[in-house]
Amino acid sequence: MSEMETNSNGTPKMTGKDIASDQEVRWCPGCGDYSILKQVQTVVAETGVAKEDIVFVSGIGCSSRFPYYMDTYGMHGIHGRAPAIASGLKAARPDISLWMVTGDGDALSIGGNHIIHLLRRNFDLNILLFNNEIYGLTKGQYSPTSPEGQVTKSTPMGSIDHPFNPLALFLGADASFVARTMDRDPKQLRDVLQRADAHKGASMIEIYQNCNVFNDGAFFTYTDKKTKAESALFLEHGKPLIFDEGKKGIRLVDMHTEVVELGEDFNENDLWIHDENDRLKAGILTRFFDDPSAGFPRPFGIFYIEDRPTYEDKLTGQVERAKELKGEGDLDALLSGGQTWVHQ
Amino acid sequence: MSETITDNTTKGVKHEEKRAVVILFAGDSGDGIQLTGSQFTETNALFGNDVSTFPNFPAEIRAPLGTMAGVSGFQLHFGSVEIFTPGDECDVLVVMNAAALKANISQLKRGATIIANKGGFDKKNLKLAEYIDDDNPLTNGSLDKYRLIQIDVSMLTRNALEDTGLGMKEKDRSKNMFVLGFLYWMYNRKLDSSIQFLNQKFGKKPEVLEANLKVLKAGYNYGDTSETFTSRYEVKPAVMPPGTYRSAMGNQATAIGLIAATQKAGLGLFYGSYPITPASDILHELSRHKNFGVKTFQAEDEIAAICSAIGASYGGGLGITASSGPGIALKGEAMGLAVMLEIPLVIVNVQRGGPSTGLPTKTEQADLWQAMFGRNGEAPMPIVSASSPKDCFYAAYEAVRIAVEHMTPVLLLTDGYIANGAEPWRYPKANELKPIKPPFAKGKNSEGAYLPYRRDEKGVRDWAIPGMKELQHRIGGLEKQNETGNVSYDPANHELMVNLRAEKIDKIADHIPPLVVESGVEEGDLLILGWGSTQGVIKNAVLELNEEGQKVGHAHLRYLFPFQRNLGELMGRYKKVLIPEMNSGQLRQLIRAEYLVDAHGLSKIKGVPFTANEIKEKAWELLEA
Repeated sequence: MSEMETNSNGTPKMTGKDIASDQEVRWCPGCGDYSILKQVQTVVAETGVAKEDIVFVSGIGCSSRFPYYMDTYGMHGIHGRAPAIASGLKAARPDISLWMVTGDGDALSIGGNHIIHLLRRNFDLNILLFNNEIYGLTKGQYSPTSPEGQVTKSTPMGSIDHPFNPLALFLGADASFVARTMDRDPKQLRDVLQRADAHKGASMIEIYQNCNVFNDGAFFTYTDKKTKAESALFLEHGKPLIFDEGKKGIRLVDMHTEVVELGEDFNENDLWIHDENDRLKAGILTRFFDDPSAGFPRPFGIFYIEDRPTYEDKLTGQVERAKELKGEGDLDALLSGGQTWVHQ
Repeated sequence: MSETITDNTTKGVKHEEKRAVVILFAGDSGDGIQLTGSQFTETNALFGNDVSTFPNFPAEIRAPLGTMAGVSGFQLHFGSVEIFTPGDECDVLVVMNAAALKANISQLKRGATIIANKGGFDKKNLKLAEYIDDDNPLTNGSLDKYRLIQIDVSMLTRNALEDTGLGMKEKDRSKNMFVLGFLYWMYNRKLDSSIQFLNQKFGKKPEVLEANLKVLKAGYNYGDTSETFTSRYEVKPAVMPPGTYRSAMGNQATAIGLIAATQKAGLGLFYGSYPITPASDILHELSRHKNFGVKTFQAEDEIAAICSAIGASYGGGLGITASSGPGIALKGEAMGLAVMLEIPLVIVNVQRGGPSTGLPTKTEQADLWQAMFGRNGEAPMPIVSASSPKDCFYAAYEAVRIAVEHMTPVLLLTDGYIANGAEPWRYPKANELKPIKPPFAKGKNSEGAYLPYRRDEKGVRDWAIPGMKELQHRIGGLEKQNETGNVSYDPANHELMVNLRAEKIDKIADHIPPLVVESGVEEGDLLILGWGSTQGVIKNAVLELNEEGQKVGHAHLRYLFPFQRNLGELMGRYKKVLIPEMNSGQLRQLIRAEYLVDAHGLSKIKGVPFTANEIKEKAWELLEA
């Protein structure tokens, strides 16, 4: 056996293949999930965390099959409840590296209540929300992110549901890390995953994922060569908001945003400089949510990062504090309680 | 029960000795009735009486003052003899207002004593209590068959606090202490324990503390000096098994049992819970014991509460959740997941009146079928029940033991009656508690990949938790292949797994003690079979039936699923079986289905416990038939 290469912490160096399980991947051929799986496997392998110290938790839906394909610990939970399972697991085991995989139906419809509470409490975990704007596993009903008017199996006359703006919702729930990326942009996907893993707190990543069977092309505007430049805005901390191959930028004047042509009237110095620690501006960015043809491009990248204590650290802190104040629990003292009396 | 044993007279005051007394405190829910009752209980328990209590709350925290809807009650049965229940009828009724009298007058024994706060029977109170034409029961002769003691507690309390700077409202808040002080005089009890309690409770509010102490003593002295009271009573210490005792409330005992069991198992306790009556006190109690490493988590809803507990158990702690019927209904799907995952989990149901929101503050045993069948698919789960406040400790301990040693979710059933009731408890020492051994994986169990669903002779799988090297595996709610745990849709495998999960639960019956006849005859004419909080009242009835010469026995089930192996044989020793339940006959149907025994039922679905007489009447009916 040859000497294994090791990380600085002594764990064996791994590649994405080392962390893939022996199970056959069973998503539809051509599904965007494959690309996400590959990037996640690569990033997780590179974190240097030992396989046995990693847990993937999921709910129900196509994306929630994810844990079966990772040679880590994993739990395929029940519909919508992955955030709650993850919360208890992290509270009990702050030491593990925790990843949660969910979808637009799982996280935003049946699990909508749990996702907001997971975020406000700020457990330290990485949340991958595969958004394909459709229910795939149940074969094609509209989801809470499907646009109004979408014709699906359950909306033959078009959906009349106003969709969620997921990132605005997450910011509203005080998420400490909010990002958006896409299955078809592996490089940015990898960068965002790495940043998310490095962030201590609940890292919420919305991943636009193409369902080639029930909702093919939902995000082609942002991936197709013809429209991508005009429609997608890639955020970088400290850099101006520029899109359309450098031709356009976004200006912020008195809390009012506008798209400007770069050239004679405006240059980079006039533009909004992205600050991923600015909550207010992150809020405005999440509102770039209309059809890009209406003017504003859809932003991708990290919208917001905030350092605040995690729930599990505060919980552990209280346990430690209680031990300081009262001493390590004494079972006999607990059993006898305060007042006792004796019968001879 | 309250027969007078001796009496003698000194200084014009008669001293009567009583074996046992049932006293009911009643007043507005804001009158401090529960505190008065629990203080009087504590003092009597410390004195050495056996005690049993039954607090009876209105559903509203602050219902309209003076109305029937707002009446809160606290019933205490204490004595120099063994006490099994809070008592059927009352010897003494203490009422703070007219509504409290009206609501409870039917609970009195003939010749009982009524102690009434005269100040609570003014025109306004009479109207609120809907006495016709404001006819005052204290003066119209309607209470002549009782011994009526009228005290203007409101006025006397205000007088006692005349020279304090307190406002009228604050002064009136202490009037429960006057009553308590007076009762301490009446029953020859010392004030020490309550003085100590008040010092602890109001130590940071010196004016309030002083007022309460003043009024407490004023109440005592009023009895001593007013010369209007001709009788004092003596209830001697009970003869109880020797040992050191404490007082235990059901929910508190449940919490202590959960902590003790996880400590003995060497597991971290994670408690995920959503507030609900009458289970919330378990959360309150557990959250006070973080120095045992207890982690409490108030989840966003009932589903999150159980799912977080499942997550904690997956991580190698013991996940616990508690609720009452409506909350348990919400947890159904997650219980099924835990059955499928085969991980330890304890779900406590402090039952209350149902269906739906039902009677949140009243008691019932109507969630047995929910516990048995309330999940989709075939999802068998062991069910353990508690039979009295102190028994909640042992039931909780046993629930944890089964969950951990048999790798399964377990339902623990208690109910509102015992959850809020109290009794003396000869508590165990930590080293007397049975050890609990978690079946943690000791390494790989096969040549190839780790097999998470390989079983031992009990049908139990290993507990491999994150952090254990080379044991990474994936589990979930989808049907899994035997041993490997991989997703499987194979028809034969599904049937095999359904059977294996059922067998595992059935085998628990090989690891629990046999059922015993706990009182009465070992074989004979009638077995009264009970479960849960009816234990005390059935025992009471059976002992009386035995005294009356009847061949009646009492057995009480802690294990509702699986049943103890000798249950069928034990029932066969009696000509008839009677199952009293605070539901329409849920255990009865399970027994009939399992054993083809023609068990008779006795149902009470009124939100209040059985009386011994109700059970005796039914027993007589069967014995004479």
